[in-house]
Amino acid sequence: MTTDSSTGAPPTTEVTAFPPTGAHPIVEAPPNSTVTSPPAAAALRPTGVTPPPAQSARSRTTERVIGALALVGTVATVWLGLWVTPPDAVQGDLVRLVYIHPGVAWVALYLAFGLAAVSSVLYLWPRTRALFWDRLAAAAVEVGVVFNVCTLVSGSIWGKPTWGVWWAWDARLTSTAVLLVLFLGYLALRRVPAEPEVRARRSAFVALFAAIDIPIVHFSVDWWNTLHQGATVLNPGLTLKIHGSMAWTLLLGFVALTLVFVWMLLVRYRVGVLEDWLASNELDLALAERQSEGTDPDGASPSSRVGVA
Amino acid sequence: MWRDAALVAGKDLRIEGRSRVALSQVAPFGVVALALFAFALGPDRDVMAKGAPGLFWVAVLFCTVLAVQRSVSVESADGARDGLRLSGIDPSGLFLGKLAGVAAQLVVLEALLAAGVVLLYGARIEVPWLIVVSCLLGTIGLAATGTLYGALSAGLRVRETLLPFLLLPIVAPVLLAGTRIWQAAMAGGTPATGTQWLRLLVVFDVVYVAVGILLFGPIQETA
Repeated sequence: MTTDSSTGAPPTTEVTAFPPTGAHPIVEAPPNSTVTSPPAAAALRPTGVTPPPAQSARSRTTERVIGALALVGTVATVWLGLWVTPPDAVQGDLVRLVYIHPGVAWVALYLAFGLAAVSSVLYLWPRTRALFWDRLAAAAVEVGVVFNVCTLVSGSIWGKPTWGVWWAWDARLTSTAVLLVLFLGYLALRRVPAEPEVRARRSAFVALFAAIDIPIVHFSVDWWNTLHQGATVLNPGLTLKIHGSMAWTLLLGFVALTLVFVWMLLVRYRVGVLEDWLASNELDLALAERQSEGTDPDGASPSSRVGVA
Repeated sequence: MWRDAALVAGKDLRIEGRSRVALSQVAPFGVVALALFAFALGPDRDVMAKGAPGLFWVAVLFCTVLAVQRSVSVESADGARDGLRLSGIDPSGLFLGKLAGVAAQLVVLEALLAAGVVLLYGARIEVPWLIVVSCLLGTIGLAATGTLYGALSAGLRVRETLLPFLLLPIVAPVLLAGTRIWQAAMAGGTPATGTQWLRLLVVFDVVYVAVGILLFGPIQETA
Protein backbone atom coordinates (compact mmCIF):
# COMPACT_ATOMS: atom_id res chain seq x y z
CA MET A 1 0.00 0.00 0.00
CA THR A 2 2.76 2.39 0.84
CA THR A 3 4.78 1.94 -2.29
CA ASP A 4 4.48 0.06 -5.54
CA SER A 5 7.91 0.69 -6.93
CA SER A 6 8.59 -2.96 -7.71
CA THR A 7 5.47 -3.47 -9.78
CA GLY A 8 5.58 -0.07 -11.43
CA ALA A 9 8.84 -0.46 -13.31
CA PRO A 10 8.75 -3.06 -16.07
CA PRO A 11 11.60 -3.33 -18.54
CA THR A 12 10.19 -1.03 -21.22
CA THR A 13 9.08 1.88 -19.09
CA GLU A 14 10.40 5.32 -19.79
CA VAL A 15 10.13 6.34 -16.18
CA THR A 16 12.66 4.70 -13.96
CA ALA A 17 12.03 3.33 -10.50
CA PHE A 18 12.65 5.21 -7.31
CA PRO A 19 16.31 6.16 -6.99
CA PRO A 20 16.70 8.30 -3.92
CA THR A 21 18.00 11.24 -5.89
CA GLY A 22 18.35 14.76 -4.65
CA ALA A 23 15.83 17.46 -4.03
CA HIS A 24 12.50 17.30 -5.80
CA PRO A 25 10.02 20.15 -6.10
CA ILE A 26 7.19 18.26 -4.44
CA VAL A 27 9.10 17.67 -1.24
CA GLU A 28 11.25 20.73 -1.41
CA ALA A 29 8.42 23.23 -1.31
CA PRO A 30 5.27 22.12 0.49
CA PRO A 31 2.67 24.62 -0.71
CA ASN A 32 1.51 25.92 2.66
CA SER A 33 4.73 25.46 4.56
CA THR A 34 5.80 28.23 6.83
CA VAL A 35 9.39 27.10 6.43
CA THR A 36 10.73 28.86 3.39
CA SER A 37 14.50 28.71 3.49
CA PRO A 38 15.93 25.76 1.43
CA PRO A 39 18.12 24.25 4.20
CA ALA A 40 15.18 24.06 6.57
CA ALA A 41 12.94 22.57 3.87
CA ALA A 42 15.51 19.93 3.03
CA ALA A 43 15.41 18.89 6.66
CA LEU A 44 11.80 17.76 6.10
CA ARG A 45 12.63 14.85 3.88
CA PRO A 46 14.43 12.31 6.01
CA THR A 47 11.48 11.85 8.40
CA GLY A 48 10.07 8.68 6.86
CA VAL A 49 8.96 10.02 3.48
CA THR A 50 9.93 8.07 0.36
CA PRO A 51 11.28 10.48 -2.22
CA PRO A 52 9.12 10.76 -5.34
CA PRO A 53 10.16 8.74 -8.39
CA ALA A 54 12.65 10.78 -10.38
CA GLN A 55 12.70 10.89 -14.14
CA SER A 56 15.82 9.48 -15.71
CA ALA A 57 17.87 11.67 -18.02
CA ARG A 58 17.18 9.38 -20.97
CA SER A 59 13.43 9.43 -20.55
CA ARG A 60 13.48 13.19 -20.11
CA THR A 61 15.43 13.53 -23.36
CA THR A 62 13.03 11.16 -25.17
CA GLU A 63 10.07 13.13 -23.92
CA ARG A 64 11.57 16.43 -25.01
CA VAL A 65 12.66 15.19 -28.43
CA ILE A 66 9.21 13.73 -29.14
CA GLY A 67 7.58 16.90 -27.86
CA ALA A 68 9.73 19.04 -30.13
CA LEU A 69 9.06 16.81 -33.13
CA ALA A 70 5.34 16.90 -32.40
CA LEU A 71 5.42 20.69 -32.24
CA VAL A 72 7.38 20.99 -35.48
CA GLY A 73 5.08 18.49 -37.19
CA THR A 74 1.94 20.27 -36.02
CA VAL A 75 3.24 23.70 -37.09
CA ALA A 76 4.25 22.28 -40.48
CA THR A 77 0.81 20.67 -40.90
CA VAL A 78 -0.94 23.92 -40.04
CA TRP A 79 1.29 25.87 -42.42
CA LEU A 80 0.86 23.40 -45.29
CA GLY A 81 -2.82 22.95 -44.58
CA LEU A 82 -3.75 26.62 -44.33
CA TRP A 83 -1.38 28.32 -46.79
CA VAL A 84 0.35 25.93 -49.18
CA THR A 85 -2.37 23.51 -50.27
CA PRO A 86 -5.06 24.70 -52.67
CA PRO A 87 -8.75 24.90 -51.74
CA ASP A 88 -10.88 22.01 -52.95
CA ALA A 89 -12.88 22.34 -56.17
CA VAL A 90 -16.12 21.34 -54.48
CA GLN A 91 -15.67 21.98 -50.76
CA GLY A 92 -13.47 25.09 -50.93
CA ASP A 93 -11.56 25.95 -47.79
CA LEU A 94 -13.61 23.48 -45.81
CA VAL A 95 -11.47 20.69 -47.20
CA ARG A 96 -8.60 21.89 -44.99
CA LEU A 97 -10.24 20.11 -42.06
CA VAL A 98 -9.24 16.88 -43.77
CA TYR A 99 -5.65 17.46 -42.67
CA ILE A 100 -6.70 17.31 -39.03
CA HIS A 101 -9.91 15.33 -38.67
CA PRO A 102 -8.83 11.88 -39.96
CA GLY A 103 -5.55 12.10 -38.06
CA VAL A 104 -7.28 12.96 -34.81
CA ALA A 105 -9.79 10.18 -35.39
CA TRP A 106 -7.00 7.70 -36.15
CA VAL A 107 -5.31 8.53 -32.86
CA ALA A 108 -8.53 8.47 -30.86
CA LEU A 109 -10.27 5.44 -32.31
CA TYR A 110 -7.41 3.12 -33.19
CA LEU A 111 -4.17 4.13 -31.48
CA ALA A 112 -5.35 5.27 -28.06
CA PHE A 113 -8.18 2.85 -27.47
CA GLY A 114 -6.33 -0.01 -29.13
CA LEU A 115 -3.37 0.61 -26.83
CA ALA A 116 -5.70 0.83 -23.83
CA ALA A 117 -7.33 -2.48 -24.73
CA VAL A 118 -4.00 -4.26 -25.28
CA SER A 119 -2.48 -2.89 -22.06
CA SER A 120 -5.57 -3.88 -20.10
CA VAL A 121 -5.39 -7.44 -21.40
CA LEU A 122 -1.67 -7.54 -20.60
CA TYR A 123 -2.46 -6.36 -17.09
CA LEU A 124 -5.10 -9.05 -16.62
CA TRP A 125 -2.81 -11.75 -17.99
CA PRO A 126 -1.09 -13.04 -14.83
CA ARG A 127 2.33 -13.46 -16.42
CA THR A 128 2.54 -9.88 -17.63
CA ARG A 129 0.75 -8.25 -14.71
CA ALA A 130 2.44 -5.00 -13.75
CA LEU A 131 1.10 -1.61 -12.73
CA PHE A 132 2.96 -0.28 -15.75
CA TRP A 133 0.24 -1.65 -18.04
CA ASP A 134 -2.49 -0.21 -15.87
CA ARG A 135 -0.95 3.25 -15.91
CA LEU A 136 -0.32 3.00 -19.63
CA ALA A 137 -3.97 2.05 -20.25
CA ALA A 138 -5.16 4.89 -18.05
CA ALA A 139 -2.93 7.40 -19.82
CA ALA A 140 -4.00 6.12 -23.24
CA VAL A 141 -7.70 6.36 -22.39
CA GLU A 142 -7.38 9.83 -20.96
CA VAL A 143 -5.49 11.16 -23.98
CA GLY A 144 -7.78 9.15 -26.25
CA VAL A 145 -10.86 10.79 -24.77
CA VAL A 146 -9.39 14.21 -25.54
CA PHE A 147 -8.72 13.16 -29.13
CA ASN A 148 -12.16 11.59 -29.36
CA VAL A 149 -13.80 14.87 -28.36
CA CYS A 150 -11.61 16.66 -30.92
CA THR A 151 -12.77 14.14 -33.54
CA LEU A 152 -16.42 14.84 -32.78
CA VAL A 153 -15.90 18.62 -32.66
CA SER A 154 -13.90 18.81 -35.91
CA GLY A 155 -16.41 16.46 -37.53
CA SER A 156 -19.28 18.68 -36.43
CA ILE A 157 -17.58 21.78 -37.80
CA TRP A 158 -17.23 20.00 -41.12
CA GLY A 159 -20.72 18.51 -40.97
CA LYS A 160 -22.63 21.76 -40.45
CA PRO A 161 -21.83 23.33 -43.85
CA THR A 162 -21.61 19.98 -45.69
CA TRP A 163 -24.56 18.01 -44.36
CA GLY A 164 -26.41 21.04 -42.98
CA VAL A 165 -26.49 19.73 -39.42
CA TRP A 166 -24.06 19.79 -36.49
CA TRP A 167 -24.84 16.23 -35.63
CA ALA A 168 -26.13 13.45 -37.84
CA TRP A 169 -27.06 10.03 -36.49
CA ASP A 170 -24.68 8.46 -38.93
CA ALA A 171 -23.10 5.12 -38.11
CA ARG A 172 -19.55 6.31 -37.60
CA LEU A 173 -20.54 9.37 -35.59
CA THR A 174 -22.75 7.25 -33.40
CA SER A 175 -20.17 4.57 -32.74
CA THR A 176 -17.54 7.24 -32.03
CA ALA A 177 -19.90 8.81 -29.51
CA VAL A 178 -20.67 5.44 -27.89
CA LEU A 179 -16.93 4.80 -27.65
CA LEU A 180 -16.48 8.16 -25.95
CA VAL A 181 -19.18 7.36 -23.40
CA LEU A 182 -17.72 3.90 -22.75
CA PHE A 183 -14.30 5.31 -21.97
CA LEU A 184 -15.69 8.20 -19.94
CA GLY A 185 -17.20 5.43 -17.82
CA TYR A 186 -13.72 3.91 -17.54
CA LEU A 187 -12.31 7.23 -16.34
CA ALA A 188 -15.20 7.67 -13.89
CA LEU A 189 -14.46 4.24 -12.45
CA ARG A 190 -10.79 5.13 -12.08
CA ARG A 191 -11.68 8.15 -10.01
CA VAL A 192 -13.27 5.94 -7.36
CA PRO A 193 -10.73 5.70 -4.56
CA ALA A 194 -9.28 2.20 -4.17
CA GLU A 195 -6.06 0.32 -3.62
CA PRO A 196 -3.91 0.60 -6.78
CA GLU A 197 -4.14 -3.14 -7.52
CA VAL A 198 -7.91 -3.29 -7.03
CA ARG A 199 -8.43 -0.22 -9.14
CA ALA A 200 -6.14 -1.61 -11.83
CA ARG A 201 -8.02 -4.92 -12.05
CA ARG A 202 -11.42 -3.29 -12.04
CA SER A 203 -10.43 -0.78 -14.70
CA ALA A 204 -8.81 -3.44 -16.85
CA PHE A 205 -12.01 -5.51 -16.82
CA VAL A 206 -14.11 -2.50 -17.78
CA ALA A 207 -11.72 -1.62 -20.60
CA LEU A 208 -11.84 -5.23 -21.79
CA PHE A 209 -15.65 -5.36 -21.78
CA ALA A 210 -15.80 -2.05 -23.62
CA ALA A 211 -13.26 -3.24 -26.18
CA ILE A 212 -15.31 -6.39 -26.80
CA ASP A 213 -18.40 -4.26 -27.26
CA ILE A 214 -16.86 -1.97 -29.87
CA PRO A 215 -17.12 -4.32 -32.87
CA ILE A 216 -20.71 -5.20 -31.92
CA VAL A 217 -21.60 -1.52 -31.57
CA HIS A 218 -19.85 -0.86 -34.86
CA PHE A 219 -21.87 -3.45 -36.78
CA SER A 220 -25.14 -2.57 -35.11
CA VAL A 221 -24.97 1.15 -35.83
CA ASP A 222 -23.64 0.37 -39.29
CA TRP A 223 -26.82 -1.55 -40.07
CA TRP A 224 -28.78 1.09 -38.26
CA ASN A 225 -27.71 4.04 -40.38
CA THR A 226 -24.92 5.12 -42.71
CA LEU A 227 -24.17 8.52 -44.18
CA HIS A 228 -20.43 9.12 -43.63
CA GLN A 229 -18.09 9.02 -46.60
CA GLY A 230 -15.83 6.01 -46.96
CA ALA A 231 -12.36 6.07 -45.43
CA THR A 232 -9.91 8.15 -47.40
CA VAL A 233 -6.64 6.69 -46.21
CA LEU A 234 -7.57 3.54 -44.34
CA ASN A 235 -9.68 2.04 -47.11
CA PRO A 236 -8.99 -1.61 -47.92
CA GLY A 237 -6.42 -1.07 -50.68
CA LEU A 238 -4.62 1.64 -48.66
CA THR A 239 -4.54 3.68 -51.88
CA LEU A 240 -4.80 7.40 -51.46
CA LYS A 241 -7.83 8.96 -53.08
CA ILE A 242 -6.42 12.48 -53.03
CA HIS A 243 -3.35 13.82 -54.73
CA GLY A 244 -0.18 15.90 -54.58
CA SER A 245 0.47 18.39 -51.80
CA MET A 246 -2.88 17.58 -50.24
CA ALA A 247 -1.94 13.94 -49.80
CA TRP A 248 1.43 14.83 -48.29
CA THR A 249 -0.14 17.30 -45.89
CA LEU A 250 -2.68 14.71 -44.87
CA LEU A 251 0.04 12.15 -44.18
CA LEU A 252 2.13 14.70 -42.30
CA GLY A 253 -0.96 15.45 -40.19
CA PHE A 254 -1.21 11.78 -39.29
CA VAL A 255 2.44 11.65 -38.26
CA ALA A 256 2.29 14.93 -36.32
CA LEU A 257 -0.85 13.96 -34.42
CA THR A 258 0.58 10.54 -33.63
CA LEU A 259 3.65 12.27 -32.19
CA VAL A 260 1.43 14.60 -30.17
CA PHE A 261 -0.35 11.53 -28.83
CA VAL A 262 2.89 9.80 -27.89
CA TRP A 263 4.18 12.92 -26.17
CA MET A 264 0.95 13.41 -24.21
CA LEU A 265 0.99 9.72 -23.31
CA LEU A 266 4.54 9.94 -21.92
CA VAL A 267 3.74 13.03 -19.87
CA ARG A 268 0.49 11.56 -18.60
CA TYR A 269 2.22 8.34 -17.63
CA ARG A 270 4.83 10.25 -15.67
CA VAL A 271 2.11 12.26 -13.94
CA GLY A 272 0.32 8.98 -13.16
CA VAL A 273 3.45 7.65 -11.43
CA LEU A 274 3.71 10.85 -9.39
CA GLU A 275 -0.01 10.71 -8.53
CA ASP A 276 0.37 7.18 -7.19
CA TRP A 277 3.42 8.26 -5.23
CA LEU A 278 1.51 11.18 -3.76
CA ALA A 279 -1.49 9.00 -2.92
CA SER A 280 0.66 6.59 -0.93
CA ASN A 281 2.79 9.28 0.75
CA GLU A 282 0.24 12.01 1.34
CA LEU A 283 -0.12 11.23 5.03
CA ASP A 284 3.61 10.89 5.64
CA LEU A 285 4.22 14.21 3.89
CA ALA A 286 1.55 15.96 5.92
CA LEU A 287 2.95 14.47 9.12
CA ALA A 288 6.49 15.53 8.25
CA GLU A 289 5.25 19.00 7.52
CA ARG A 290 3.33 19.13 10.78
CA GLN A 291 6.28 17.94 12.81
CA SER A 292 8.58 20.45 11.17
CA GLU A 293 6.48 23.22 12.66
CA GLY A 294 8.24 22.45 15.93
CA THR A 295 11.52 23.60 14.44
CA ASP A 296 10.15 27.00 13.49
CA PRO A 297 12.42 29.94 14.36
CA ASP A 298 9.80 31.39 16.73
CA GLY A 299 10.41 28.41 18.98
CA ALA A 300 6.85 27.19 19.55
CA SER A 301 6.77 23.57 20.64
CA PRO A 302 4.96 20.99 18.41
CA SER A 303 2.49 20.07 21.10
CA SER A 304 1.37 23.64 21.68
CA ARG A 305 0.96 24.11 17.88
CA VAL A 306 -1.21 21.04 17.57
CA GLY A 307 -3.24 22.14 20.55
CA VAL A 308 -3.96 25.48 18.95
CA ALA A 309 -4.86 23.94 15.62
CA MET B 1 -21.48 -25.73 -12.77
CA TRP B 2 -25.11 -26.15 -13.84
CA ARG B 3 -26.17 -27.48 -10.44
CA ASP B 4 -24.48 -24.51 -8.74
CA ALA B 5 -26.18 -22.16 -11.19
CA ALA B 6 -29.58 -23.67 -10.38
CA LEU B 7 -28.87 -23.33 -6.66
CA VAL B 8 -27.91 -19.65 -6.91
CA ALA B 9 -30.78 -18.80 -9.24
CA GLY B 10 -33.20 -20.63 -6.95
CA LYS B 11 -31.86 -18.70 -3.96
CA ASP B 12 -32.24 -15.33 -5.72
CA LEU B 13 -35.75 -16.14 -6.93
CA ARG B 14 -36.73 -17.35 -3.48
CA ILE B 15 -35.53 -14.03 -2.01
CA GLU B 16 -37.57 -12.25 -4.67
CA GLY B 17 -40.58 -14.44 -3.92
CA ARG B 18 -40.45 -13.39 -0.28
CA SER B 19 -39.45 -9.76 -0.62
CA ARG B 20 -41.35 -9.00 -3.88
CA VAL B 21 -39.05 -6.07 -4.63
CA ALA B 22 -39.11 -6.57 -8.40
CA LEU B 23 -42.84 -7.15 -8.45
CA SER B 24 -43.84 -4.32 -6.15
CA GLN B 25 -41.23 -1.72 -7.10
CA VAL B 26 -39.51 -2.42 -10.42
CA ALA B 27 -42.60 -3.50 -12.37
CA PRO B 28 -44.67 -0.46 -11.32
CA PHE B 29 -41.67 1.71 -12.20
CA GLY B 30 -41.74 0.23 -15.71
CA VAL B 31 -45.42 1.06 -16.07
CA VAL B 32 -44.76 4.60 -14.82
CA ALA B 33 -42.00 4.92 -17.43
CA LEU B 34 -44.45 3.87 -20.16
CA ALA B 35 -46.94 6.49 -18.96
CA LEU B 36 -44.24 9.17 -18.88
CA PHE B 37 -43.16 8.34 -22.44
CA ALA B 38 -46.80 8.76 -23.48
CA PHE B 39 -46.98 12.15 -21.75
CA ALA B 40 -43.75 13.20 -23.47
CA LEU B 41 -45.02 12.21 -26.93
CA GLY B 42 -48.52 13.63 -26.59
CA PRO B 43 -51.82 11.84 -26.94
CA ASP B 44 -51.42 10.96 -30.64
CA ARG B 45 -51.68 7.16 -30.79
CA ASP B 46 -49.99 6.95 -34.20
CA VAL B 47 -46.84 8.57 -32.85
CA MET B 48 -46.96 6.31 -29.80
CA ALA B 49 -47.39 3.17 -31.88
CA LYS B 50 -44.47 4.25 -34.05
CA GLY B 51 -42.26 4.82 -31.03
CA ALA B 52 -43.51 1.77 -29.16
CA PRO B 53 -40.57 -0.58 -30.02
CA GLY B 54 -37.91 1.84 -28.82
CA LEU B 55 -39.86 2.95 -25.76
CA PHE B 56 -40.43 -0.68 -24.79
CA TRP B 57 -36.71 -1.39 -24.89
CA VAL B 58 -35.72 1.82 -23.10
CA ALA B 59 -38.13 0.88 -20.31
CA VAL B 60 -36.61 -2.61 -20.25
CA LEU B 61 -33.09 -1.14 -19.97
CA PHE B 62 -34.11 1.03 -17.01
CA CYS B 63 -35.69 -1.96 -15.33
CA THR B 64 -32.53 -3.97 -16.02
CA VAL B 65 -30.45 -1.45 -14.11
CA LEU B 66 -32.83 -1.73 -11.15
CA ALA B 67 -32.94 -5.53 -11.29
CA VAL B 68 -29.15 -5.72 -11.39
CA GLN B 69 -28.83 -3.29 -8.48
CA ARG B 70 -31.20 -5.49 -6.53
CA SER B 71 -29.32 -8.65 -7.52
CA VAL B 72 -26.08 -7.10 -6.22
CA SER B 73 -27.57 -5.66 -3.07
CA VAL B 74 -28.97 -9.01 -1.85
CA GLU B 75 -25.34 -10.15 -1.64
CA SER B 76 -24.00 -7.00 -0.03
CA ALA B 77 -25.45 -7.46 3.48
CA ASP B 78 -24.08 -9.77 6.18
CA GLY B 79 -21.00 -10.68 4.16
CA ALA B 80 -23.13 -12.76 1.81
CA ARG B 81 -20.69 -12.26 -1.05
CA ASP B 82 -17.81 -13.69 0.96
CA GLY B 83 -20.10 -16.50 2.10
CA LEU B 84 -20.87 -17.38 -1.51
CA ARG B 85 -17.19 -17.43 -2.39
CA LEU B 86 -16.42 -19.58 0.65
CA SER B 87 -19.20 -22.04 -0.09
CA GLY B 88 -17.17 -23.64 -2.85
CA ILE B 89 -19.66 -22.75 -5.55
CA ASP B 90 -18.04 -22.69 -8.97
CA PRO B 91 -17.62 -19.02 -10.08
CA SER B 92 -19.00 -19.86 -13.53
CA GLY B 93 -22.01 -21.47 -11.88
CA LEU B 94 -22.44 -18.42 -9.68
CA PHE B 95 -22.36 -16.19 -12.75
CA LEU B 96 -24.92 -18.30 -14.60
CA GLY B 97 -27.10 -18.45 -11.51
CA LYS B 98 -27.12 -14.70 -10.95
CA LEU B 99 -27.72 -14.28 -14.70
CA ALA B 100 -30.66 -16.65 -14.61
CA GLY B 101 -32.15 -14.93 -11.58
CA VAL B 102 -32.02 -11.51 -13.22
CA ALA B 103 -33.19 -12.92 -16.56
CA ALA B 104 -36.22 -14.64 -15.02
CA GLN B 105 -37.35 -11.40 -13.40
CA LEU B 106 -36.71 -9.46 -16.59
CA VAL B 107 -38.81 -11.86 -18.68
CA VAL B 108 -41.79 -11.30 -16.40
CA LEU B 109 -41.24 -7.55 -16.56
CA GLU B 110 -40.98 -7.66 -20.34
CA ALA B 111 -44.24 -9.56 -20.64
CA LEU B 112 -45.88 -6.88 -18.53
CA LEU B 113 -44.29 -4.02 -20.49
CA ALA B 114 -45.17 -5.63 -23.83
CA ALA B 115 -48.77 -5.90 -22.75
CA GLY B 116 -48.58 -2.26 -21.66
CA VAL B 117 -47.18 -1.17 -25.01
CA VAL B 118 -49.90 -3.02 -26.89
CA LEU B 119 -52.70 -1.73 -24.68
CA LEU B 120 -51.54 1.83 -23.98
CA TYR B 121 -49.77 2.71 -27.24
CA GLY B 122 -51.93 0.65 -29.59
CA ALA B 123 -48.91 -1.17 -31.06
CA ARG B 124 -50.06 -3.95 -33.40
CA ILE B 125 -47.85 -7.01 -33.51
CA GLU B 126 -48.03 -8.99 -36.76
CA VAL B 127 -45.30 -11.58 -36.10
CA PRO B 128 -45.48 -12.50 -32.38
CA TRP B 129 -42.76 -15.19 -32.42
CA LEU B 130 -40.20 -12.58 -33.49
CA ILE B 131 -41.00 -10.52 -30.41
CA VAL B 132 -40.78 -13.53 -28.11
CA VAL B 133 -37.44 -14.68 -29.52
CA SER B 134 -35.96 -11.19 -29.49
CA CYS B 135 -37.06 -10.62 -25.91
CA LEU B 136 -35.52 -13.89 -24.76
CA LEU B 137 -32.23 -13.25 -26.58
CA GLY B 138 -32.11 -9.63 -25.48
CA THR B 139 -32.82 -10.63 -21.89
CA ILE B 140 -29.89 -13.05 -21.82
CA GLY B 141 -27.56 -10.32 -23.11
CA LEU B 142 -28.85 -7.74 -20.65
CA ALA B 143 -28.67 -10.13 -17.72
CA ALA B 144 -25.15 -11.28 -18.67
CA THR B 145 -23.69 -7.77 -19.01
CA GLY B 146 -25.67 -6.63 -15.98
CA THR B 147 -24.31 -9.47 -13.83
CA LEU B 148 -20.75 -8.76 -14.97
CA TYR B 149 -20.93 -5.03 -14.21
CA GLY B 150 -22.89 -5.68 -11.05
CA ALA B 151 -20.07 -7.90 -9.76
CA LEU B 152 -17.46 -5.33 -10.80
CA SER B 153 -19.22 -2.52 -8.97
CA ALA B 154 -20.31 -4.64 -6.01
CA GLY B 155 -17.86 -3.20 -3.50
CA LEU B 156 -18.19 0.41 -4.61
CA ARG B 157 -19.93 2.99 -2.49
CA VAL B 158 -20.84 4.89 -5.66
CA ARG B 159 -22.42 1.79 -7.25
CA GLU B 160 -25.90 3.26 -7.68
CA THR B 161 -24.65 6.16 -9.78
CA LEU B 162 -21.81 4.42 -11.60
CA LEU B 163 -23.56 1.23 -12.71
CA PRO B 164 -26.04 2.84 -15.15
CA PHE B 165 -23.27 4.92 -16.69
CA LEU B 166 -21.12 1.85 -17.28
CA LEU B 167 -23.87 -0.57 -18.26
CA LEU B 168 -26.22 1.38 -20.52
CA PRO B 169 -23.71 2.28 -23.29
CA ILE B 170 -22.52 -1.34 -23.37
CA VAL B 171 -26.03 -2.64 -24.03
CA ALA B 172 -26.72 -0.08 -26.78
CA PRO B 173 -26.55 -2.85 -29.45
CA VAL B 174 -29.32 -4.75 -27.62
CA LEU B 175 -31.50 -1.65 -27.76
CA LEU B 176 -30.79 -1.14 -31.46
CA ALA B 177 -31.39 -4.78 -32.34
CA GLY B 178 -34.44 -5.18 -30.13
CA THR B 179 -36.05 -2.05 -31.52
CA ARG B 180 -35.44 -3.05 -35.13
CA ILE B 181 -36.84 -6.53 -34.53
CA TRP B 182 -39.97 -5.07 -32.95
CA GLN B 183 -40.36 -2.76 -35.93
CA ALA B 184 -40.03 -5.75 -38.26
CA ALA B 185 -42.54 -7.69 -36.18
CA MET B 186 -44.99 -4.78 -36.28
CA ALA B 187 -44.56 -4.25 -40.02
CA GLY B 188 -45.35 -7.90 -40.76
CA GLY B 189 -44.44 -9.57 -44.04
CA THR B 190 -41.15 -11.43 -44.35
CA PRO B 191 -39.02 -10.68 -41.29
CA ALA B 192 -35.72 -10.75 -43.23
CA THR B 193 -34.27 -7.69 -41.49
CA GLY B 194 -35.42 -9.15 -38.21
CA THR B 195 -33.35 -12.30 -38.55
CA GLN B 196 -30.21 -10.27 -39.28
CA TRP B 197 -30.68 -8.46 -35.98
CA LEU B 198 -31.46 -11.73 -34.22
CA ARG B 199 -28.02 -12.95 -35.27
CA LEU B 200 -26.49 -9.83 -33.73
CA LEU B 201 -28.30 -10.55 -30.47
CA VAL B 202 -27.04 -14.13 -30.53
CA VAL B 203 -23.45 -12.91 -31.01
CA PHE B 204 -23.85 -10.42 -28.15
CA ASP B 205 -25.22 -13.13 -25.86
CA VAL B 206 -22.57 -15.70 -26.73
CA VAL B 207 -19.74 -13.20 -26.28
CA TYR B 208 -20.79 -11.86 -22.90
CA VAL B 209 -21.96 -15.20 -21.46
CA ALA B 210 -18.61 -16.72 -22.49
CA VAL B 211 -16.70 -13.80 -20.97
CA GLY B 212 -18.67 -14.17 -17.76
CA ILE B 213 -18.11 -17.92 -17.50
CA LEU B 214 -14.39 -17.47 -18.08
CA LEU B 215 -13.73 -14.36 -16.00
CA PHE B 216 -16.29 -14.27 -13.21
CA GLY B 217 -13.87 -15.78 -10.69
CA PRO B 218 -11.17 -13.12 -11.18
CA ILE B 219 -13.84 -10.40 -11.36
CA GLN B 220 -15.14 -11.32 -7.93
CA GLU B 221 -11.69 -10.79 -6.49
CA THR B 222 -11.84 -7.11 -7.45
CA ALA B 223 -14.77 -6.38 -5.16
